[in-house]
Amino acid sequence: MRARRRLVGWGLLLGAVLVVSGCAIGGDTAGEFPQSALDPQGPIARSQDRLWDLVFPIAVGVFILVQGAIIVAVVRFRDRGQTDPPKQVAGNTRLELIWTAIPALVLAVIAVPTIGGIFALAEDPGEEALQVRVIGKQFWWEFQYLGDEGQGVVTANELHIPVDRPVRLQMESLSPAIPDSYDEADPTGSRSDQSLAGVIHSFWVPSLAGKQDVIPGYERIMRLEAEEPGQRYPGQCAEFCGLAHAEMRFEVVTHTTEDFDGWLAAQSQPAGTDLEGLAAEGQELFGVHCVACHVIEGHPENNDQRVGPNLTHFASREVFAGGIFDNDDDETLAAWLRNPSEIKPGAQMPDLGLPDDQVDALVEYLQTLE
Amino acid sequence: MTTTQEQPTTGGSAFRRPKATTGFGSWFTTIDHKKIGILYFATAFLFFSLGGIEALLLRTQLSSPDMAFLTRDQYNQLFTMHGLTMIFFGVMPLGSAAFNYLLPLMIGARDVAFPRLNALSYWVFLFAGIFLYSSVLLGGAPDGGWFAYAPLNVLGGDPLGETLGFASEQSARMMFYSLGLQLAGIASLASAVNFIVTILNMRAPGMTLMRMPVFIWMTLVTSVLMLFAMPVIGVALWQLMFDIGYGANFFNPALGGDPVLWQHMFWLFGHPEVYIIILPAFGIISEVLPVFSRKPLFGYTAIVFSGIAIGFMGWGVWAHHMFAVGLGPVANAAFALSTMFIAVPTGIKIFNWLGTMWGGQIRFRTPMLFAIGMVAMFTIGGLSGVTHAIVPHNYQQTDTYYVVAHFHYVMFGGAVFGLMAGFYYWFPKVKGRMMDERLGKLHFWLMLVGFNLAFGPMHVLGLQGMPRRVATYPDGMGWNLWNLVATVGGYMIALGFLVFVINVLKSRKGGLPAGDDPWDARTLEWSTTSPPPVHNFNEVPVVRTRDDFWNRKYASGDPSRTPLRVPSGGSGEAGADAGDVAHDIHMPDPSYYPLVAAFGMPIMAYGVLFTPILIAVGGVITIAGLFGWALEPSAEEH
Repeated sequence: MRARRRLVGWGLLLGAVLVVSGCAIGGDTAGEFPQSALDPQGPIARSQDRLWDLVFPIAVGVFILVQGAIIVAVVRFRDRGQTDPPKQVAGNTRLELIWTAIPALVLAVIAVPTIGGIFALAEDPGEEALQVRVIGKQFWWEFQYLGDEGQGVVTANELHIPVDRPVRLQMESLSPAIPDSYDEADPTGSRSDQSLAGVIHSFWVPSLAGKQDVIPGYERIMRLEAEEPGQRYPGQCAEFCGLAHAEMRFEVVTHTTEDFDGWLAAQSQPAGTDLEGLAAEGQELFGVHCVACHVIEGHPENNDQRVGPNLTHFASREVFAGGIFDNDDDETLAAWLRNPSEIKPGAQMPDLGLPDDQVDALVEYLQTLE
Repeated sequence: MTTTQEQPTTGGSAFRRPKATTGFGSWFTTIDHKKIGILYFATAFLFFSLGGIEALLLRTQLSSPDMAFLTRDQYNQLFTMHGLTMIFFGVMPLGSAAFNYLLPLMIGARDVAFPRLNALSYWVFLFAGIFLYSSVLLGGAPDGGWFAYAPLNVLGGDPLGETLGFASEQSARMMFYSLGLQLAGIASLASAVNFIVTILNMRAPGMTLMRMPVFIWMTLVTSVLMLFAMPVIGVALWQLMFDIGYGANFFNPALGGDPVLWQHMFWLFGHPEVYIIILPAFGIISEVLPVFSRKPLFGYTAIVFSGIAIGFMGWGVWAHHMFAVGLGPVANAAFALSTMFIAVPTGIKIFNWLGTMWGGQIRFRTPMLFAIGMVAMFTIGGLSGVTHAIVPHNYQQTDTYYVVAHFHYVMFGGAVFGLMAGFYYWFPKVKGRMMDERLGKLHFWLMLVGFNLAFGPMHVLGLQGMPRRVATYPDGMGWNLWNLVATVGGYMIALGFLVFVINVLKSRKGGLPAGDDPWDARTLEWSTTSPPPVHNFNEVPVVRTRDDFWNRKYASGDPSRTPLRVPSGGSGEAGADAGDVAHDIHMPDPSYYPLVAAFGMPIMAYGVLFTPILIAVGGVITIAGLFGWALEPSAEEH
């Protein structure tokens, strides 16, 4: 009776673990789990997932073997009130050799594709790829589209990429408070040492690829590739980077090649010319309060400061402030302008103490920047 | 001992030497390894409870999306302190408590090699913990993670900086981290040296290395790991202190330092630390499983050598904590291989434990339940460890809750379950009373179920993309349910520990008398009385075989297998002479000096933070303590 109860206990435990792992390997999880690593949406994530699909069943097999042996042992060899001690067996060399050799062999089998995968993923996607410079700041991401085709486009918290073409991310972490030099010919060359006073971030879009740490003082290269156009894949900073670490999110937006070229062309145009009324008032206020840190191509007072995000086509983005707020939501945007760190603790943008009418004008202006 | 050498003329005569070995005051001066073991346990369990409360606060914050139970700042302090407390002030010293209490008893010795050093180790450990927690009152606890990655922790940015006289952008909170752990490291080093010397020099006659209990072997390997790992983190912490406090440039890239250097040094210590925490549990399990299966340990030699192999290889896998750092494919491939390779000796242990149970007569007493639970849970942790070694997928797993799940299955399912098995197993020896079996079993089942509810779902959460160390998460990611389940599991574990505390308080005085050998055990500590006398054994045992005590009880050639009389210590005829024996055996006297020497150390640490005068004051106290210690004879004639 006691043994049966125990058997039930272990059975329940085993069942629970299997159900849990069953959920984990469950196939199509898109939508329900938008940030799942087990639902690869591109060749890189898929190559990583394939190894998991190889190793996970082996792990489950060993799990069942060991837990099964425990259950059999406790049921079969439980104390039945014998007085004589059992046979005093001290070991069995052959058995021990077998259970040393077999795991070693299994691991050797796993090692081969693992090492192949490590070297394959480390290959530089090269010149053919779309070149994007990624800058991690506390607590948001900047994306600069490099080269002639990039046309100087800079976005924040949204990385737009074409499908079926590798993207070469050239990643750095810079100080949140120091303007980043804007020298396209040599983007890493002329920075002051102080701009290196950033912290470690980690760039992670589970649907498209595993993570890569972004470390101040180093440049890291990462490869990204997507297949399906018109998708928005969430990503998140994965290395603890301070107060708003949880709020350092972003999205990767996929386009067909033509769409992407169109998007890039539109983004390279200045925004917010010919404004009237409240929007024009906002533009003027922007010149007073915001240009010290933000750039809007097309703004008359633009002085190419690059501390905060480039806001040129702000209204064409869906998210802001580290990808945690909805752009369409004017009230949140207004709350942000009133005091950023109140709705995102740790945000580096200061409280400017703007009166409500100025906030409304700025919201109006920003929302015209399609 | 009747011939005591002439008293040297010492400065110590200014103080009255403490004589009492019982009573409240004696706890402050004791150098008896058993009392120090109890002090270690009580203190470590207190810190462990603090770490547990911190975990519950964290889990409450994460129980549902967009919670506002804690602020970001509080959350970061709590997860940092949870990690620090559990690693350095909870689980690791719980292992030390077991070493302290059991080591001399299990090798048939009267005490450790350096009893006063042992006391110093305890006091420094206690003061290090108090120092670290005093940060809460002085403006804020460390908030940069127990891993303290540079340059975040060099740059800091917390508001406390200015209060303590540091430039505001520098992190004074992390100075508590650096100094607190440097102190804790002194305690670990002192006890590591002590244990190694004790094991190598003070075994009972006939106890060759290959006749030592496995627990002693694991103590030895753990102590060697500590001896070499603590200096590594000590150097790194020293560098961090100079970076934060004095603008040195070891780790800050803005000044030419290298943040990756910190990671190498931290994990070069941090990975062996994992084995420092788990090996004691391996040792405990290796004692408990044979006793409750009534069989010798299966494959003693294999278990001992796999333990040594794990100790060695633990040094060669540190960069597997850094696969996403971008060390390059060659380094990543090498560390993937070494990480897979270390699974082999670990597997050997698990299969040998199974072999121990196989063919036995398994008695399901509480210690055995925890031991079996440890094998089952640790297996899961080991398997998820192997999946970390498949580096391309590790790029997905690392820094997610999958890792949190993995190491809790190792640290909690492995180490804490193992320590609990040991506690229930040796409690009768320590107190002479049995623990309540019903409460013990309730504790076990609450903990087993709660543990799996709390940490099982984290595997899923991590693979579904939930990163670690996030104070909150948005709705709509599919993480809500499993986070809630994990929180419920966390509270269940807490309930289990409450039952444990009740059981201890109840059984301490009210438990059934245990007798000398309640489990029909195999090792020497069960051959003396429960609780053991100050001098441990009336006669030093002579060891002829592995499991010598068992073999003496069950003469192997005797077909009737009648247990023989327990020959040494204990009740029986020897008991009549016990008083005389105690008089003849001369043990070292209690001493104030370990406490005095330890007391100066946190004062010096405060001096680094507040004013150099305190460095001098603390230094004088510590040096005075050490002088008094050096000049004081280890024992005086009574």
